[in-house]
Amino acid sequence: MSGLPTLLYKEVLRFWKVSTQTIGAPVLTAILFLLIFSHVMEERVRIYDAVPYAAFLVPGLVMMAVLQNAFANSSSSLIQSKITGNIIFVLLPPFAYWEFFAAYVLAAVVRGMVVGTAVLLVTLPFVEMAFRHPLWIVAFAFAGSAVLGALGMVAGIWAEKIDQVAAFQNFLIMPLTFLSGVFYSIHTLPAFWQGLSHFNPFFYMIDGFRYGFFGVSDVNPVRSLAVVAVFLGLVSGLTLALLKRGYKLRH
Amino acid sequence: MTAAIEFRDVHKRFGALQALSGIDLEVPQGEFFGLLGPNGAGKTTLISVLAGLVRADRGSARVLGHDVRADYRAARRSLGVVPQELVFDPFFTVRETLRIQSGYFGLRDNGAWIEEVMQHLDLASKAEVNMRALSGGMKRRVLVAQALVHKPPVIVLDEPTAGVDIQLRQALWQFIRRLNRDGHTIVLTTHYLEEAETLCERIAMLKEGRVVALDSKANLLKRVHHLFLRLRLAGELPAELRALDHGGSAAAHVLRLKSYEDVEQTLASIRRAGCRIEEMELAQPDLEDVFVEVMQRS
Repeated sequence: MSGLPTLLYKEVLRFWKVSTQTIGAPVLTAILFLLIFSHVMEERVRIYDAVPYAAFLVPGLVMMAVLQNAFANSSSSLIQSKITGNIIFVLLPPFAYWEFFAAYVLAAVVRGMVVGTAVLLVTLPFVEMAFRHPLWIVAFAFAGSAVLGALGMVAGIWAEKIDQVAAFQNFLIMPLTFLSGVFYSIHTLPAFWQGLSHFNPFFYMIDGFRYGFFGVSDVNPVRSLAVVAVFLGLVSGLTLALLKRGYKLRH
Repeated sequence: MTAAIEFRDVHKRFGALQALSGIDLEVPQGEFFGLLGPNGAGKTTLISVLAGLVRADRGSARVLGHDVRADYRAARRSLGVVPQELVFDPFFTVRETLRIQSGYFGLRDNGAWIEEVMQHLDLASKAEVNMRALSGGMKRRVLVAQALVHKPPVIVLDEPTAGVDIQLRQALWQFIRRLNRDGHTIVLTTHYLEEAETLCERIAMLKEGRVVALDSKANLLKRVHHLFLRLRLAGELPAELRALDHGGSAAAHVLRLKSYEDVEQTLASIRRAGCRIEEMELAQPDLEDVFVEVMQRS
């Protein structure tokens, strides 16, 4: 029998055991964003005609939490294991490199989904939300968290110190999420920035995710999902190649 | 019969350091085998090649005939490794740690064996304790238990008794000997040469990435022909014997002699010098003497 289910279980149990930090903290952050931004921006911004700003903001905050937590899960698990040396416990068993990949990415998806659901639930009392196309919501949450789970693996495998993971997070993941339309529709941007946003894969994740709620988006959701799928394919390919080579794991 | 472990011409270089330079080694099934060598000799690197943690630049390694690269799944299922570093996962209790490790090998419903291993290693009372809260010795026991959860036919212990108290050391060896009697092949690296001398049937000595001695313990001990005469004297050691003195103090001496005939002559010259012998002991060479000689000669 394969060891994959156990590795997935262990990765989920790991974040579950410290849920105050891994679920509670991001939920609190999301509520603060919602309260502050909706208060400051409500009267100034109206993005889609029928959608109040606070309602527009919620899917963005949910997806941001999904993405950041998916990344945090795989990257912190790997770097902690490497630094403490207990990575040996997962290197000695007979895992195929794709099993290793699948377990860490799926655990990241679970973490992203759990945090995302929690953020959504606690924001519901503050806004009136529509759920036009639930399947699109799930599809984008899954694909987006899988991309970030795989990126987290790349960061965790590559980094040798915790601050290198933090740099990856702060200088790549954070800017890409903040500039992806979490807080605004890119249609409100000047043409240059609007054009540039189309090169940000995170934009398609959030835009498609938002479509699931309101049935309106900046880009056709099919096109968004295709872009995210291609990106997922590329990042997965890179991660699998690193694992197969044993890069920085098997010397 | 297929060898439990087989290394063929294994080379490994880390940057400027040639860690392994052509290791050829075979350990038959059921043997209690010792891997000795000074720090930096390549023992841990060699074990890591076997475990798939380090990839050899050249040559091959097999566990029960399974190549560690081409047939890594079968090779890793056959192998249990107790690492040298005291590592642990701070998120889990002892029982969780063992159940998870067992699951990694695809084993479900392995509870009975896990309980048995915990009993033997005196871990049962700590089963629900978080790994973080355990003492160093207890963590070491969990590492041994983790290496055994999948009942591997070949068990490698890398310095398992470093920094471990006598009680655990004895309990550990009792358990490992039992596993050996039950047919498990055991490979042990240790700095405690008396431990290797008591336990191992055959021994390889490594130096600078090469095997410099490989023989049965009995044959290795025969390599050193001299004897040690330990003496405590009232009076000075006669001048003609001073060249034979290896250490000791003003009153206690360790004389290195070539054969039993030399004992008579030595005692005669002590008598002639008018010295009185207060204490005397004749010692056979032990593995440490062999080790020192092999390391100096190679």
